[in-house]
Order: sequence, then structure tokens, then C-alpha cells
Amino acid sequence: MSEPHAATISVLVQNQPGVLVRVAGLIRRRGVNIHSLSVGPTEDPAVSRMTIVVDTAPDRTEQFAKQLRKLVEVLRATPVDGTPSVDRELALVKVNVTPGTRMEIMEISSVFRANIVDLTDRTMTLEVTGRSEKVDAILALLARHGIREMARTGQVTLVRGPQNT
Amino acid sequence: MARQMTAPRTAAKTGTRPTQMSGAQTLIEALRREHVEIMFGHPGGASLPIYDALYDADFLRHILVRHEQVAAHAAVGYARASGRVGVCTATSGPGATNLVTGLTDAMMDSVAVVAITGQVPRPVIGNDAFQEADVTGITMPITKFNSLVMRASDVPHAVHQAFFLASTGRPGPVLVDIPRDVSQEMCEPHCPDDISVPGYRPALDGSSNQIATAVEALASAERPIIYAGGGVISANASPELTALMERTRIPVALTLMGKGAVDETNPLCLGMLGMHGSAFANWAINAADVILAVGVRFDDRVTGRLADFAPRARFIHVDIDPAEIGKNKPAHIPIVGDAKRVLAALVAQARAPQIDAWWRQINEWRERHPFRYRQNGERISHQFVCEMVDRLTGGRAIVTTDVGQHQMWMAQWYRCREPRTFITSGGLGAMGFGFPAAMGAKFARPDRQVVAVVGDGGFMMTIQDLITSVEHQQSLPIIVLNNGALGMVRQWQTFFYKGRLSASVLRNPDFAKIAEAFGARGIRVERPDQVEPALRTAFETEGTPTVVDVICDPEENCLPMIPSGQSVAEMILED
Repeated sequence: MSEPHAATISVLVQNQPGVLVRVAGLIRRRGVNIHSLSVGPTEDPAVSRMTIVVDTAPDRTEQFAKQLRKLVEVLRATPVDGTPSVDRELALVKVNVTPGTRMEIMEISSVFRANIVDLTDRTMTLEVTGRSEKVDAILALLARHGIREMARTGQVTLVRGPQNT
Repeated sequence: MARQMTAPRTAAKTGTRPTQMSGAQTLIEALRREHVEIMFGHPGGASLPIYDALYDADFLRHILVRHEQVAAHAAVGYARASGRVGVCTATSGPGATNLVTGLTDAMMDSVAVVAITGQVPRPVIGNDAFQEADVTGITMPITKFNSLVMRASDVPHAVHQAFFLASTGRPGPVLVDIPRDVSQEMCEPHCPDDISVPGYRPALDGSSNQIATAVEALASAERPIIYAGGGVISANASPELTALMERTRIPVALTLMGKGAVDETNPLCLGMLGMHGSAFANWAINAADVILAVGVRFDDRVTGRLADFAPRARFIHVDIDPAEIGKNKPAHIPIVGDAKRVLAALVAQARAPQIDAWWRQINEWRERHPFRYRQNGERISHQFVCEMVDRLTGGRAIVTTDVGQHQMWMAQWYRCREPRTFITSGGLGAMGFGFPAAMGAKFARPDRQVVAVVGDGGFMMTIQDLITSVEHQQSLPIIVLNNGALGMVRQWQTFFYKGRLSASVLRNPDFAKIAEAFGARGIRVERPDQVEPALRTAFETEGTPTVVDVICDPEENCLPMIPSGQSVAEMILED
């Protein structure tokens, strides 16, 4: 069996109570580790999309998607690795600032096209969007200034081109 | 346009408008529309309105059990013997949690069961109310689907959907949880026209290209074998499998769940394979070059160590559940579809391979290592009793078993002649299953001889419901293979734990006297020459269950055995 890696699976589910628990329970009982899981509405109010990033061996990803498809409320489960796709994540990062570091952090923010969404005399809150690696990169730079707290949405993904995810 | 339900007369009596029905009444009406004739259950506070509505339902026979676990196991026995949906019911909290073992068994063995549970009233859900348990949460991983119904008018849809999901695709248990005040709430019921579920579309016909590829693989095979399981039985595909076997002369090995999928007295059938299967079936599958696996899931009790299972074979895997294909063993030719349809297509196109040399090899193995046992002096061999059950019934009875040594011996010695005649807790391995399942099977098939073969350990787990069988005057032999031990535990301790018999030796009551105290017939058998007359008496007794307590050799081991996680090379053939 090949080594586990982060696999992305896009899942369309009926928007009903308990669906998140069913999906999360399935992931747990099949012994798969969740990197991130994001849920939100789609163009159809009866349908939600979950983007699930899990640690799984590449040759087990399809098996995992099949298990997801067995859930009655799951309409579609698509492994998207290997397909050109747009992957995005949003992070809010509250970082310590001093008069001496403010300009440097604003520069970092500008390089990463982050938005400054809040500012106090001691803190600055940045909103950064991009692939998870980009978010990781800005966090690495901000770390030495002291990240007071942060929130990440987890990855959302759509396949590129006219076909549906 | 929704079909209107006819309101029962009781609605008029209570002065409500005739079109109004309570949630409980709509439930009963939905069960009537599903042609439910029997349900197994136990009442309680949260299901009082349901039981009140049942009082008027003359089409529906309710069997009052004495423990809800029995209701679930009996529903499974009923479903597996009849091919219909088994129905059980329990109240909230402890009633519902007692169903859990039986529902898990139904999930593991893919049995169509619908469970109706009462729930505490809506306003107190989530407040830790008396007899509240999160039953939809608890049963989520052990049901195919479940739902909590929050409006009386939604009850018919939930119930019809439950029957649809339980009985189609890969069958399984579905639970419908109904709060007490929903059962009481009045509504204008309507029967849903459409119960389809958008994300649920089982594929029935296998891909014709894949089927053609499979036909070629089988026709050119030198050492082919068919590995058939419970999916053949739930798809009612025995005629097609038998036709394929006879037309191609490809040997058929059966899983425990597949017993009866073909007539096991047919020389083309190798009987059961796996941990306690026949040596020749295991040698054959491990030497095979092409394996047609149908309605099976490559369970560890069949395969042993996966990497060493049939290492030279190409696998054709037919299953209605796509997630089973490639789950444990990669399939070279995957076919997603209903076993009946796919096998019918294979029969239509199949060409017999040239396998005379293969059959000579298999028959040589078969002669070298048939199942065998020896009576140890005046001790009764379990296998002698199992063989006697086979001989006296001609393999024509419906047998049920508990779990453990006696289960494996019955699987080895009882040669089923037809499907739905071997009912056992396969995947879950639930002790206490055999007797309640036999009750359920007898209710399903009162015309047939039904025999429960149980262990002394397992029988004690559900023995209280002997009174239910007595109450309903079931002609039901219950053969207790009594070795004064949890025999399989004792066997593993003997083989793998240096004979340190930790908590596996039982002090038992006198089962024959217990039977008599319940009003059943009881026979105690202590010598080999008493076995046949006692079994004959039990099989001929009408109108009451007969418990035959057979005192068996306490040291007999079940062989052959492929130790857990090992391969056919490590098979233990003799003590």
C-alpha cells in the first residue's frame, strides 16, 4: 500500500439535518484522518458541498469515495486529485504589532495580497486567501511576530473548465 | 396527486374529522400498504400510542417478545427465511438500545429489516428525559439509513422510504424513530407517490463489456472456481448460479453466508471455504487461476492473510455494492450489478472450460481430506449430532445456529439443498442469535421444518424467549450442543494460549428442566445411542418447542482451521 497523503474529495450532499454527522462518522470509523472539512451551500438550496481533505493512500482514495457514496444523502463524491482544479482557503490571522514591526507586516501582507481587516495599536488582523501552501507560507513569516490567534476555513475546491466537480 | 388514505373507524368514534389520523395510525396504515403481516416487539412508554393503534390492526400480528434483542434477531430470521422485510419495534431508550445487536447483525449480513422505535416527545428531546437515548445517533453506523420523524404527516413517507431502502440494492436495516407526541399528533395523511432518494440508485445490470471479458476469462481458465456468498441468496440468484455451475462444470465454493446458494450435495459444490471450511475448498481456491467472486466481500474469515489469498488468481468480482469491489482485494474484472442479472447474462454466454485435470486434482484433495470425526468412547461428538440433523432432515429443513464451534460444525456437516435454509450470524457473530432467528423463521415458514442448533453459551443469552415460542405453540426443535464451555473460546485458549482456560468453562442449568418449566418439551441426551431417537422425537413434536440438551464431548475441537491472519499453508488439519 502506498504512503498516505492529503487527498481532496468534493462531496455533494442533500442539505438535511445530520448529514455532517454521518459523513464525519463514516470518516472516523473507516480510520481516516481529516485534514480539513468545509461545508457550505451551493447554487441549489437543497444541496450542500463538502470539501474534505483527508490523509489516505492514493490507491485507497477511490475506495473512500465509494464508502461516501454509500451514504444515502450523498449525491456525488469526487476525488479531485490529478484533475486541474482551483483550490482556495481563507485564513484570518491576528498578529502582534509594534510601531517598529508594522511596516514590515504590511509589506508581507502586500506581497501575499492579504487584506488588513483590523488594526489596533498592538495587533493587526490579516485576511489571506489562496492555496493552503500560500497560507502556510505567510503564517511562517508572521510567526516570529507572534500570532495571537487565527481561524482557517479549510480548503474549498472546484474543478477547472466547464465540467462539474 | 397524493393518494388519500382511508381513515380507520376509530377516528370517527373519537369525533375527529374522518380524514384525520394520528401519527401512529398513519404508521399502521403504512405497514399495511407494505403488506407487513407480522412484527416482533416489546412496548413501552414512548410507543404506547403505536401499540394503541396496533390494537385495531387485525391484518398485523404482533409477537410480544421478552427482550428487544430477540425482536431484532427474530426479524432477521423472518427476513432471511422468507426474502421479505422483517419488522421489529421497541420503545425509546433501553428498548431501542436493546435492538442494537440485532440491527448490527442485519447490517453486517445485509438483511432487510425495518425497526420502528418510540422516542421521547419532541419538546424534551435533548433534555436527557426519562428513557431518552439518541437512537438515530447510536444506530447511525449500524443501519443503512435512519430517520427521526418530526411531524405526523411525515410518518408515511419515512416508513415507505425505510422499506424501499431496506429491501433494494444491498439490503440492510433501516430505523425510523418516532417521538411519542408525533404518534399522537393528528394529521391529514397522504401516501407519498415518490419515495425515491436522489443519491440512491443501485446499478442492477452489469456492464456488458465486463461480462463479456469475464466470459472469456472463465472459458480459457485452467483452474477456475466460483466463490459465492450471501449476495447470491439475497438476490434470489440460486437458479442462475446453479445453471452456471452445471453448464460450465466450474466448482463452486460457498461462504458461510452463501450456504444453500447451490445444492451442497451436488458434486460440483465444494461446500464451505475459509477458516473452518473444507481443506479441499481452501486448497482449490488458493490454486485457482480465475476466480468468479459473486456476492461476497472477501471477509478475513474467508481469506486469512490477504496477501497470500489465491495469489495466482485473476478475480472477477460481482457485487451490487460498488464499495465492496476492490475493498480488500483488487478486482481484475469488476462487475457492479445484481447477482441474479449478472449471473443470468453469464449463463447465456458461458462456454465450458477444459478442466478435467483440475477436477482430478480437486477430487484427489477431496478424497484425501474429507470432513471426519471420531466418537470418543461414550462421549457424544458434536459432529455426530450435526451429521444426524443433516441425515434426518435430508438437508431440507431451515436451520439456524448461534456462534462458535457448533456453528462451524453445522456449516461443515449440514448440506443445504436450497437457499434460505442456513440462517446464522455470519459477519457479526452474535451469540444468542440462533434461537430467536429460528422463531422468526418459523413464523415466516410455518409449513417448513425449522431447527435451531445452539450452543450452551449462546442459548443462555436469549433463553427467556422460550416462553414466546411456547405461547405461539411453535413446532420448533432446539438442539443444544452442550459441551459445558464457550467452546470456540476454549479451543483458541487450547491452541494459542497454552491451554489456560480463562473464563471459558460454564456451569449450566438443566436445559431440559428449564424447557419444562416454560411449558416446552425437554429431553436430555447423554449417550450416543440416545441422539437419533431424541432428534426424531423433537422433529416430530407438534405444537410446542422441544429442547434437546445433548451433553457433548467437552474436548472436541473444530478442524480444519486456518488460524486467524494466516494462510492456507498454515491450515491445522488434525489435533
